[in-house]
Amino acid sequence: MTEQVRPVTLVVNGTGHRITVPVRRLLSDALRHDLGLTGTHVGCEHGVCGACTVLLDGLPVRSCLLFAVTVDGADITTVEGLAAADGTPHPVQQAFTECHALQCGFCTPGFMTTIAAALQDNPDPDEEQARAIIGGNLCRCTGYQNIVKAVVRAAAIARERA
Amino acid sequence: MKPAAFTYHDPRTVEDALRVLADVGDEGKVLAGGQSLLPILNMRLASPAHLVDINKVAGLSAVSADAGGVTVGATARHTEVERDEAAYAVQPLLRQALRLVAHPAIRNRGTTCGSLAHADPAGEMTAVLALTGGAVRLRTSTAEREVAAADFFLGPLESCLRPGELLVSVHFPAFPAGTGTAFVEVARRHGDYALCGVAAAVTRDGDGTVTSARAAYISVSPTPLVLDLTDAAPDWAAAGRLARERVDPEADIHSTVAYRRQLVEVLTVRALTAGVAA
Repeated sequence: MTEQVRPVTLVVNGTGHRITVPVRRLLSDALRHDLGLTGTHVGCEHGVCGACTVLLDGLPVRSCLLFAVTVDGADITTVEGLAAADGTPHPVQQAFTECHALQCGFCTPGFMTTIAAALQDNPDPDEEQARAIIGGNLCRCTGYQNIVKAVVRAAAIARERA
Repeated sequence: MKPAAFTYHDPRTVEDALRVLADVGDEGKVLAGGQSLLPILNMRLASPAHLVDINKVAGLSAVSADAGGVTVGATARHTEVERDEAAYAVQPLLRQALRLVAHPAIRNRGTTCGSLAHADPAGEMTAVLALTGGAVRLRTSTAEREVAAADFFLGPLESCLRPGELLVSVHFPAFPAGTGTAFVEVARRHGDYALCGVAAAVTRDGDGTVTSARAAYISVSPTPLVLDLTDAAPDWAAAGRLARERVDPEADIHSTVAYRRQLVEVLTVRALTAGVAA
């Protein structure tokens, strides 16, 4: 069959993009291949690892479990959109640096988007809540301890900056 | 992997959606949240010729609660149901179960109706529908029917949904006054599919006497199993043993039959105890 294509508008990190994609294009691939935003990583591609997590209208979702056509017009935040316009790292990014919360870095974009959204809901998580926040993201390097510390530290940085 | 090619439809009204579903028949699949469907498509376990995306259909996203229960539309996300205070007040078992459905990022997109249509025996919402005695509303372009939980689930990943039919809403009735509920489960990993899960509802009269103690089970039967354990009340240890005798679970790579039976007993006690305390 001839592959069906559709025009899609995505507002990614505040910038509107008009792309024409095959209807089966996953949002993760639209971000990476069509928009060149390779910060979003694709791990398992069936919703288990969390590496591809982006914010859809402010809420974390798996971009590998969405078709680009189904989120036409939506507002999307990727890891590239977390830092401030002047380049100041997001509190989560600063916390990851301070706490050495990444090693190879493959899973990191998914953790950062997930944590950034969770801190909007809960600006002062304890360690147990931090573990729950990152429960849907896999990391094969760190053993998670420093990521848990980074969640708590990111919340503190956000408060310090406020 | 990537999904195989398909023809995409994104109707804006229920009538248009039903017309498309009628046209494509058994070559069509409904896309709502897609949190079960997309993994299946990505791994090419299924490759439907037509996907009918209902996310842009108007009027399907409502969550409404009244004294009689909670009604959830086809595109309402798990998170919306979970956070709905009116729904929690009327039927707390919904939030208790939804907290155990995968992870927040999945619940932000996945739909309650979709998880029922998927009919996974490990799906928490199948047990909630069964225990509350709820029903789903199914529509085609020419007819509408309401199907009770007991008739809806036919087997693992199989419901009585017919080609051309759309699950437009689900109704979870409230329990009688004096009912406490709980949902407990054991999974290998946080957020993973449960090896066994138990939803419990315990009703007491004004004197505190238990008048009804029932439990529904996931991952131990092809369709959600509901057991009436009132005869054992209030001896919950006896209720646990009774439940263990009445289940017939299967083994898989995650668990032996004996371990699943053990989980049924232990989780039954926990769920009923928590239900009484609720």
